[in-house]
Amino acid sequence: MIGNLRGAEIRDHERELHHFKFRVGVAGVAVLLAFTLLAARFIYLQVVQHKTYASKAEDNRISIVPVPPNRGLILDRNGVVLAHNYSAYTLEIFPARVTDLDRTIQALSEYLEVQPKDRARFRKLLAETRNAESLPIRTRLSDEEVARFAANRFRFPGVEVKARLFRQYPQGDLASHVVGYIGRINTRDQEKLAELGVDANYRGTDFIGRTGLEASYQQELHGSTGFEQVEIDAAGRGIRTLVRTPAQAGNNVTLTLDIKLQQIAEEAFGARRGALVAIEPSTGGVLAFVSKPGFDPNQFVDGIDPQSWGELNNSPDRPLTNRAIAGIYPPGSTFKPFMAMAALELGKRTPTSAISDPGYFEFGGRRFRDSKPGGHGHVDLYKSIVVSSDTFYYRLANDMGIDAIAGYIGKFGFGSKSGIDLEGEAAGVLPSPEWKQRRFAKPEQRKWYAGETISIGIGQGYNAYTPVQIALAMATLAANGDMYRPRLVQHIDDVRTGERRHLEPVLQRRLALKPENVEFVKRAMAGVNIEGTGARSFGNAQYSSGGKTGTAQVIGMKQGEKYDEKKINERHRDHSLFIVFAPLESPRIALMVIVENGGFGARAAAPIARTVLDYYLLGKVPAAAPGAAAPAGEDEEEAESD
Amino acid sequence: MDAALLSLRRIVARLGEGLDGPLLAITALLVGIGLAALYSASNEALGRVNAQLVNLVVALGAMWVMGQIAPQTLMRFAVPAYLVGLALLVAVALFGDIVNGARRWLDVGVTRIQPSEAMKLALPLMLAWYFHRNESVLRLRDFVIAAVLLLVPVLLIARQPDLGTAVLVGAVGFYAIFFAGIGWKVLTSLGIAGLASLAPLWGMLHDYQRHRVLTLLDPSRDPLGAGYHTIQSTIAVGSGGITGKGWLRGTQTHLDFIPEQHTDFIFAVYSEEFGLIGNLVLLGIYLALIARGLMIAANAPTFFARLLAASVTLMFFTYAFVNMGMVSGILPVVGVPLPFISYGGTALVTLFMGIGILLSVHRHRKLVQT
Repeated sequence: MIGNLRGAEIRDHERELHHFKFRVGVAGVAVLLAFTLLAARFIYLQVVQHKTYASKAEDNRISIVPVPPNRGLILDRNGVVLAHNYSAYTLEIFPARVTDLDRTIQALSEYLEVQPKDRARFRKLLAETRNAESLPIRTRLSDEEVARFAANRFRFPGVEVKARLFRQYPQGDLASHVVGYIGRINTRDQEKLAELGVDANYRGTDFIGRTGLEASYQQELHGSTGFEQVEIDAAGRGIRTLVRTPAQAGNNVTLTLDIKLQQIAEEAFGARRGALVAIEPSTGGVLAFVSKPGFDPNQFVDGIDPQSWGELNNSPDRPLTNRAIAGIYPPGSTFKPFMAMAALELGKRTPTSAISDPGYFEFGGRRFRDSKPGGHGHVDLYKSIVVSSDTFYYRLANDMGIDAIAGYIGKFGFGSKSGIDLEGEAAGVLPSPEWKQRRFAKPEQRKWYAGETISIGIGQGYNAYTPVQIALAMATLAANGDMYRPRLVQHIDDVRTGERRHLEPVLQRRLALKPENVEFVKRAMAGVNIEGTGARSFGNAQYSSGGKTGTAQVIGMKQGEKYDEKKINERHRDHSLFIVFAPLESPRIALMVIVENGGFGARAAAPIARTVLDYYLLGKVPAAAPGAAAPAGEDEEEAESD
Repeated sequence: MDAALLSLRRIVARLGEGLDGPLLAITALLVGIGLAALYSASNEALGRVNAQLVNLVVALGAMWVMGQIAPQTLMRFAVPAYLVGLALLVAVALFGDIVNGARRWLDVGVTRIQPSEAMKLALPLMLAWYFHRNESVLRLRDFVIAAVLLLVPVLLIARQPDLGTAVLVGAVGFYAIFFAGIGWKVLTSLGIAGLASLAPLWGMLHDYQRHRVLTLLDPSRDPLGAGYHTIQSTIAVGSGGITGKGWLRGTQTHLDFIPEQHTDFIFAVYSEEFGLIGNLVLLGIYLALIARGLMIAANAPTFFARLLAASVTLMFFTYAFVNMGMVSGILPVVGVPLPFISYGGTALVTLFMGIGILLSVHRHRKLVQT
């Protein structure tokens, strides 16, 4: 019994052990199956798909980082720096890596000063730029601020301190309309760059020229972007550079402009608004190019804050308008030498033909008044320029007819873009019946009235030209009819190769002017500066010159109404103009000045021209305060004809 | 001098008495691989390796202690260990500290403990004890009771939530039930029922757990979030190729692309650097470990010891399989370390205590005391 029981127990035990061992075997098979599955997966990943994953690991590891090139410098003709680069730290936010921008900026402001205008600028940049990797919240960090941020960097994923090159304009607002400024590349720029097919070269570049030479020579200044293959970690931080294709710095651009001359010209304006363009007649090289008021282009470098932008944009002085190429003004009496040229060339007048000037010209029952009551008496062509007789030119315009005037005057470049190497040039208006047809919609407005021709003769009416056009016409006359395209850039240097590319003068047009006619008009203009309306400014000059004053009406005068400067709102006063070239024989400079609301041309504009010529031709630096450069002379309120 | 040497030799002999050479050799091999991989994963800094060595000393101590306790003695601890473990799990659910969104830790003043970890050994102890007690008359009723003993802690752990530990505890409990001899019919019908209950189970999962399962099926649906781990570890494994990139030369590893590369994802580091050959070698070593463990279990004299040894052995398998499966992208990412290789003291202590149990079972294989 006991043995039986024992036997049963043992059998039981053995059966149980057998069961257990069977289950262990099952478990072993399951384990083998599971490990086979794993092994299959390893073979799939490491043999079959190895190439795919190897390249993925490589992609993971290597990031192509664009290296933006250093922007080229802008230098004046003597090598004075007008635009260069400096390195500074910025604090930049990578919007894609930050979940809550507001909270991040708020938290940052606990460590660094973040002014409302910084926030506003950041918001503006964020709205304007798409695909931008990072945007600055703060620029020009001090070393202490960099250190303070670095210590707390772990708190701010997606925020980094970057060393960036910044554009700097050491001359400030001097020549600001020439140099222009750069701005951050926005969505529109990106589209434009893509259209041009150069977007790849702009990877990594944040800024692009907006105005001035920065814009018109963007391609030269930009250079070519380099690339680095950088090994990165999972956080996108560079560990080491594997391959480097260096960036090639942009070309340096050297101007024909003389910054010292520019400075003297700008200071001569003082606080007055206006423009001045001085051209070398034999090349078209621009020697000075003023549009006042200017602005400080450095404001735009970090991205201008909305408040300053608003101030610049809404100022009644319109400091952002480049008056020299985009401001259009009636030329006033500076138009007369060109009318005289037309009259001589077209045979409408001879040097000796004269009129008697009663102080007005009557046409169709309407009196066109001369600015000198009672007139200038006996006036021939020479005297018409020297004393600036209106009556003479009313009659001349009427005799020539609008078609002849438009046809001839247009050859001097009036009413068409000068082709200067700046963007945003206006064409102005060379009035003609065809122009009126195009310009106006109503039938009664589209008709040209013969009476409208009369005031065209004295540079009023529909006449409207840019300062650069008038300066170019002056230069063309000074060069006896050779019209060179005005240009600001003399040569371009490739920094890497040292190669220098000269921009050869471009002869746009050669006017077949009769030498004796040119000689005559030049002599008359010389007379202006010796015995005429320019004599007060140029009478004692140590060089020969030919000039012409001009006064352009801003508001029309009613019939019989007398112009009284003191009664008129400052902004409705006449513009003061002056054109001049010097020396008389083989002129080296031709220029045009306009002082907005400056009154008589002889009073405001001519002294500025004198100051510029004195420096350019004699090296004479004006000693006195701006605007006081005019030679001594009684400033009486004579009824100056202009 | 001689006497001192002799006594030292005696001490060593006493310490090593009954220790299983093959098992220890396999374990040592794994630990060596682990330290090498850890050194690489730490970007060749010794800090973590040293810390792991300290963990190892503690774990070896725990192993030795477990190895000294005879299975019969161990049996006495089964019920108290289980009950204390369960009580601690309840306490965690009520007062536990929340770390990384999960309530897993219990602050006991001096230190924080993770009671779910203890369940990995307490549960097979309990179940082996229960089955052993009712050895001769196991009925369906006993398996139902065992299932309840299993489910209570597993659900508590899953609720924390700690899916990785729940899977391990559930698995080790299941192995005990399986080796105890649950009927094949019952097992099959349970399997079918389990599949059928997937839908309601899906409803019980936390959002992040569901997310993990979904991203497992398609890691690219969340490449920077939950899918990131899998994508990067798969790239690491795949780019390793047949021979691997060489020790300390894994780019995924050294550029920190692999998250948690010291702990749960250390296999990606190993696999990238040692390639398919290394992986197959590692599988072979684990297979040897499991084979040795099952052999010890099969040779164990008592039902309790057999069940315990076999369950613990298969727990090692579960660790290895789940970890390598998740790193190579065929299993969802649950927090399961690679046994004896991943960095971390808690898991290491548990694993070595498991080895200690195997050693003890092996040592007492000839003593039949019923």
